[in-house]
This record gives sequence, C-alpha cells and structure tokens, in this order.
Amino acid sequence: MTKAVVTVMLKPGVLDPQGRAIGQALHGLGFAGVADVRAGKVIELELAETDRDAARAQAEDMARKLLANTVIEGFKVEIG
Amino acid sequence: MRAGIVVFPGINRERDMAIALERSAGSKPRMIWHRDTDLSGLDLIVIPGGFSYGDYLRCGAMAAQSPVMRAIRDHAERGGYVLGVCNGFQILAEAGMLPGALLRNASLRFLSMDCQLRVERADTAYTSQYQRGAVFRAPMAHGDGNFFADDETLDRLEGEGLVAFRYATPDGRVTPAANPNGSARGIAGIFSPNLKVLGLMPHPEDLVDPLMGGTDGKPLFDSIMAAA
Repeated sequence: MTKAVVTVMLKPGVLDPQGRAIGQALHGLGFAGVADVRAGKVIELELAETDRDAARAQAEDMARKLLANTVIEGFKVEIG
Repeated sequence: MRAGIVVFPGINRERDMAIALERSAGSKPRMIWHRDTDLSGLDLIVIPGGFSYGDYLRCGAMAAQSPVMRAIRDHAERGGYVLGVCNGFQILAEAGMLPGALLRNASLRFLSMDCQLRVERADTAYTSQYQRGAVFRAPMAHGDGNFFADDETLDRLEGEGLVAFRYATPDGRVTPAANPNGSARGIAGIFSPNLKVLGLMPHPEDLVDPLMGGTDGKPLFDSIMAAA
C-alpha cells in the first residue's frame, strides 16, 4: 500500500471567505500578527499501487477528475 | 416539450419543480432516479435544488460524476434542453457543462431570502415570456451561490450574450447591495453557447401560483414548455 496525501487549496485570487473569517477570529483572540489566512482540504488516500511514481500519477488523476475543482482550486500530491 | 426531473440522493426540491413544470405543461414530468440513464423521449432535463450527496467534497461534485450525468451530457450534446436550479446549477458547473464555479457566499451565511433578477435577454427558449430588462422576484436558499469565473470567461459570457439573469434592484440596477452572495458581475444564471443549457441559483419554481405568494417565476416555465 502507498499513502498519498492530496492537499487542495483555493487558487490565489479566488476569494476565500472561510479563510478570512478564521483570520478575523484569530485577531479577535489577540493573534494580531496574522496576515492572510487560507483554508483548504487534506485528503488521504491509501492506494494499492506500490510504485511511488505510479501512485503519484494516480492521485494526480484523481485530483484533476474529482478531488479538486481546477476552475477554482489547485492541488498538491505528496506520497508518504 | 416533455420534461424529466433528475433525483439524486439528498435532492429535496424536485416536487416544487414538478408542480411548476406541470402547471405550464399540463402533464406530469417524469422523475429520473440518478442510477437511470434512459432519457429517451425527453426534451428537457431538469436538475432541481437540494443537497445532493450531502454536499460532500464540494456542492454538486459527487452528483456530477453519477451515471445519469453522462446521459445528460449526451442529451445536451444532441441539442437537448437542460435546466439546473440551485444545486442543479452547481452540478452543471461541476460537470463542466457550464463554465465557472459556485463558491461559498461572500457573507459566509446561508441565505434564505427573496432576490430580484433582471432578465438579460428575452430571445431564448427559457425567457421568451419575459421582457428584456424586466425584473422579477425569485426566492433563493443557498450557502454556495457566489458565481466565480476568471475574467476571460466572464468577458466571454458577456460578449456572447450568455448571461441569463443578474441580481438587481427592483428598478433593474445591478449594484453590490443588490447582489446577495457576492457573485461576479452580479451573475445569477448563465446559458450554454447554444442557449439550451441554463443554470441559475434562485428558485423561479417557488413562485408559480398566487398561493405561493406570486407568479413571478411562471413565465420561465411557460416559456420553456412552449418551446419547440
């Protein structure tokens, strides 16, 4: 088994109201040094594929087809 | 015009939609379960509102991958009509059948309220019984209706006349205050290039009878059901 971790984030320039709300809440808690906050998703996949490069290719294909909406989101795949 | 309504798990507005279609068509629409792929005999496929698959991952993302969507894509490619309302619009965008995406409302709040929609063109099968520039009231109920597309796509939509409706003031001005969810350029609904696929966030099907509080949405259904 190979573990793949897909991180999905809104693209730069796409308004992230959730990240902004988190930032405001952090300011409210006194964390004055917080500048920009972006919120995303982490999706962990356990893949039957044992070859790391093939596993990465599979996870990237999954990200393009379903896990991320590439109109608004970018993604990053890490193989564990 | 024979209509069918697609029902995904978690969809909850199909009966309102059926009432609106039946009012204008005089016949009951066919209900299509999401595992069915037989759309034969249908001219118009409607994807209603709700929370398909619990809005998991992204609103509409799961439904966009379901078997019936392949059949709906084929239907659209043959020149068939497809109407997506609310979650239906999100599903069409996720399926790539309409451009752009629906982001979380700029306010971060779920909005259940009336809005005013300006009709951007009246020479389409969906809007022929409205006047161009007319403003009508439509209820809306969504958390993710903030239409987003890159500037190039927005320019193309506007340049090719594919904006169907914009959020507006009652006298027809598109202003930030009249735009409840932060949608780019006040866009509430868009057409495909052949004007046969329409997606919009608000619910015209919820105002088709005086007992519902008004009939502002009825011309949309009268238009499409009368179309050849």
